[in-house]
Amino acid sequence: MELEQAGVPSIALHTHVFARLAQSVARANGMPRTRQAYVPQPIVDLSPEQLRGYIEGSDPVSRRPFMQEVIEALTRPLDEDDLKGLTFERSTPRLLEPDTEDNLQQLFVANNWTDFLPVILPTEERVARMLKGTSQPPDKVVGRLRPAAFREFWELTVEKVAVNAVMAGAKPEYLPVILAHAASGVTARSSSTTSLAMITVVNGPIRNEIGMSAGIGAMGPYNHANVTIGRAYNLLSINGQGGSVPGETYMGTLGNSYNYSATFAEAEERSPWQPFHVQKGFKPTDSTVSIFFGGRYSASGFGPRATWKEKMIRCLTSIDHNQGPLLVLDPIVARLFVNLGFDTKEKLIAWCVENAQMPARDYWDDQWVQTLTHPLAVAGVEPFASKLKAKPDDMVKLFEPDDISIVVAGGETQGHWKMIGGAYRDKATVSVDAWR
Amino acid sequence: MAERLTVHNPVGYPPKVVGKRLAPRPQSLEGKTLYLVDCLFDNSEAFMDQLRRWFAEHLPAVNTRMIKPRESWVDDPGMRAKVAGDGDAAILGVGL
Repeated sequence: MELEQAGVPSIALHTHVFARLAQSVARANGMPRTRQAYVPQPIVDLSPEQLRGYIEGSDPVSRRPFMQEVIEALTRPLDEDDLKGLTFERSTPRLLEPDTEDNLQQLFVANNWTDFLPVILPTEERVARMLKGTSQPPDKVVGRLRPAAFREFWELTVEKVAVNAVMAGAKPEYLPVILAHAASGVTARSSSTTSLAMITVVNGPIRNEIGMSAGIGAMGPYNHANVTIGRAYNLLSINGQGGSVPGETYMGTLGNSYNYSATFAEAEERSPWQPFHVQKGFKPTDSTVSIFFGGRYSASGFGPRATWKEKMIRCLTSIDHNQGPLLVLDPIVARLFVNLGFDTKEKLIAWCVENAQMPARDYWDDQWVQTLTHPLAVAGVEPFASKLKAKPDDMVKLFEPDDISIVVAGGETQGHWKMIGGAYRDKATVSVDAWR
Repeated sequence: MAERLTVHNPVGYPPKVVGKRLAPRPQSLEGKTLYLVDCLFDNSEAFMDQLRRWFAEHLPAVNTRMIKPRESWVDDPGMRAKVAGDGDAAILGVGL
């Protein structure tokens, strides 16, 4: 669309499953007549001959010959609608038309405003009560969210966050933590085809003030604050960014159960190491939320036992190597690692970086390393450029220290650890205190 | 009769959409410079190369040039300026 603005007649090509999304993006950018053509899904792994078949075949959306669509899109004279574009404003009324509880529950589901579990209806009284959880004015803009980098940002106010917090079943005292999530600028509902989710960790005094769990079942549905804060983050992302609707604003092919709720506290008092937020420059007395990007994979282990190194290397080299891991260690595991000489998180991370290696051939044979990393390597950006120079059998490191994070949580019923897709990509540790 | 409730709308605030015009079209691509923009998705280079070959075989009077942005999903103003500076049209593709 920028090229059209610069005076260059253009056409964008997509695979057919993206037709609704492409048309919705064009409309939201004021250029609904953007010319587009489609080929069948997929493109990945197809031979040149198969791709040529797409080009010489039909557009699966218009059913017309694909190249005829392409040539006409670049040469067909513009009509009146092409020339004027589409200007419009979308209003968001503060209140909905009064209705019965049953009808409103159905309306919320029909409008894709929920996670398809029942919600608490955000009556004026409930929202007013929720707003008592912060000193911030209701009309203050908290942040802006969007489901993908190519879409427009929508704004959230303190009141809108409170509305979604009510829907999630949260208590007013949780509101500063939920506002901090909204202020991060990171949506919990990315539209990525890779089914992303965000895992969030709360640090500092607020954990104990509101009764969050870092103990038994911290990552599961066993604590009211953990679960409803994580759920509120997802609901405010759905509604604050203008939707998370399959085929339009959500394209995750498999989906992700972390998208219900994935928030827990770090067990700072039982950890032998610095809390995560202190590692990132905050004071121990600060309260924060940190957001980890991914949730695509989970691996786990127990110990460390005698063969822990081999097990850990197997895990590190089997996970998506374009998405660094968040390691969640039960305090038993953390203390055993201290006994092995890892008296800081940084030392364990350094060991992981040094030992997570694979042949360059395997490293580069990955769809997302090809899509996201390879162009950077070609442009000379390190450390990727050096990996590109490696011979196919040369071993290359998968991660940099910033790609790996460690958090301590768990109830000490078992020496269990997890490795979850959780890149600290957006450097997103947000102050909760700013939203009290 | 069931009680009627007044509840808040949970949806955030979208930006105003400002209409934008498409660029004027040429009558034909003959003798024109057509940029084929590889958007860097896995295997899109192979697709765009097949498109280049199709033009060479069927519309040889079209001068095709392959070009890539520096990164996936990140605007590349330098590449856009290049296409706008000496291109007559562009095809961008193709994802997944």
